[in-house]
Amino acid sequence: MNWDVLLDFSPLADNGDKLLTAFWATIRISLTVAVLSLLIGTLITAMRVSPIRVLRIAGGFYVNTLRNTPLTLVLLFCSLGLSDTLKFKISGTSTVNFFWLAVIGMSFYTAAFIAESLRAGINTVPMGQAEAARAIGLTFTQSLRMVIMPQAFRAVVAPLGSVMIAMIKNTTVVLVASYYEAASLMKDMFEQYGATLPIFIGFAVGFMCLTLPTGFFFGWLAKRMQVAR
Amino acid sequence: MHRDRIGTSPLLPPQAFDVRFTHMTESGKEAREAEVSGGGPLVVLENVNKYYGELHVLKDIDLTIHRGEVVVVIGPSGGGKSTLCRTINRLEPIDGGTIRIDGKALPEEGKALAQLRADVGMVFQSFNLFAHKTILQNVTLGPIKVRKTDKTEAEQRAMELLERVGIASQAEKYPAQLSGGQQQRAAIARALAMRPKVMLFDEPTSALDPEMVKEVLDVMINLAAEGMTMVVVTHEMGFARASANKVVFMADGQIVEENTPGEFFTNARSDRAKDFLSKILTH
Ligand SMILES: Nc1ncnc2c1ncn2[C@@H]1O[C@H](COP(=O)(O)OP(=O)(O)OP(=O)(O)O)[C@@H](O)[C@H]1O
Ligand SMILES: [Mg+2]
Repeated sequence: MNWDVLLDFSPLADNGDKLLTAFWATIRISLTVAVLSLLIGTLITAMRVSPIRVLRIAGGFYVNTLRNTPLTLVLLFCSLGLSDTLKFKISGTSTVNFFWLAVIGMSFYTAAFIAESLRAGINTVPMGQAEAARAIGLTFTQSLRMVIMPQAFRAVVAPLGSVMIAMIKNTTVVLVASYYEAASLMKDMFEQYGATLPIFIGFAVGFMCLTLPTGFFFGWLAKRMQVAR
Repeated sequence: MHRDRIGTSPLLPPQAFDVRFTHMTESGKEAREAEVSGGGPLVVLENVNKYYGELHVLKDIDLTIHRGEVVVVIGPSGGGKSTLCRTINRLEPIDGGTIRIDGKALPEEGKALAQLRADVGMVFQSFNLFAHKTILQNVTLGPIKVRKTDKTEAEQRAMELLERVGIASQAEKYPAQLSGGQQQRAAIARALAMRPKVMLFDEPTSALDPEMVKEVLDVMINLAAEGMTMVVVTHEMGFARASANKVVFMADGQIVEENTPGEFFTNARSDRAKDFLSKILTH
């Protein structure tokens, strides 16, 4: 056994700037997906509780489809299906194009999980809240926006944190959509130096630097936002 | 002239309100009864029917509530009192008949119905204050979002109302930090902030500890004295005697008897009512 290779952290040190760039790409895609998936997830949840039957069915169909499809498939559909076959281009620059295709795939996928959490959150809001909202003359959308959703969100901050952590780790799959981020760099380094333990550890620690604070942040937020009943 | 005072009464400054209340006696009620007779119908239910599946919960309900009138609805559990109350602002849709408020039939679900609900205040047994908002925000939400009142103005008026129900010092707290009685008074202020034409109360004191019942009833008695049109589901006979113009006795989805409070409690016409009263009076 060659202990030197096992303990050789120099590949990480030598590629410091590449590592930073790669993790920055991970951070960028994570943040963009976080925002977009929250928007889409909220919209889907609104559809699922709306008084219009067609919207409810469509929302349910969306969640069940996306939640049960492997992310790799969704991303491949975005990169190969949308981009190559259907010639759907967001930007002429290929890196920008791949970034947004990956963002679209991941956002639609993550939104299904957010929608599922949010619906659980809505179930924690007592019926009386919606009735009181309607009784003072708020419309359905107003009650949802001002009374139900804010309370539903507060109830599921912690589970949403888990969805976000899973999402950050899922960004490692976007290499199938040709967007270059941390996992892509790791793969390249494996090819160059062999799959050594230090490289594994380096990337694992890199991801923990992103996910652990995310977890702590959502835990803190959950406490702070908790609604007393 | 009477109309004016009734219409604008929730605007009166607290002092004016208090002055009227201190004079609130039987004679005050009689004076109001004189007004009521000239009040004209405000809420009219005609031949209203409602089912929950097989269960026929409202059977051919005819009921007219005049402007300024206080109607107490009383009756055994499961008789349909809550349902009746909730159909008036269409929280529950009906299966037959018509309900008109101020001459207008209740519209279908949508913007028009929301507007109409804004004119009908509702106070629930379980208060239902918005748990994520402060008391002040609870009271200003409707005026700002539904009435499009300017925020400063809405807050100023909310504080007046909170002052009136005696919880101005709690304005910045969250509902869970208040006692039941305080929460219910906040809920009344929230409903009043919309300047409703009529107020519906569904057992407003039955979730309260006994020592808090009075503080809520006092607010309601004052409101009645001020000329507010009210429909109150309650078993509080004290309130019925002090404020009601009419008692409606409901059982098995039907209005069994309509009577004055004095007559009803001492000399009910129907056997159902006599039987019911003997049960609630013996303990
Ligand atoms: N959402 C509902 N679905 C099915 N049945 C219902 C529903 N709400 C009420 N009911 C039934 O309708 C009947 C009338 O109920 P309602 O709540 O109006 O009675 P109530 O007179 O207010 O009684 P209580 O004094 O217990 O409040 C009862 O038999 C009740 O079980
Ligand atoms: Mg009831």
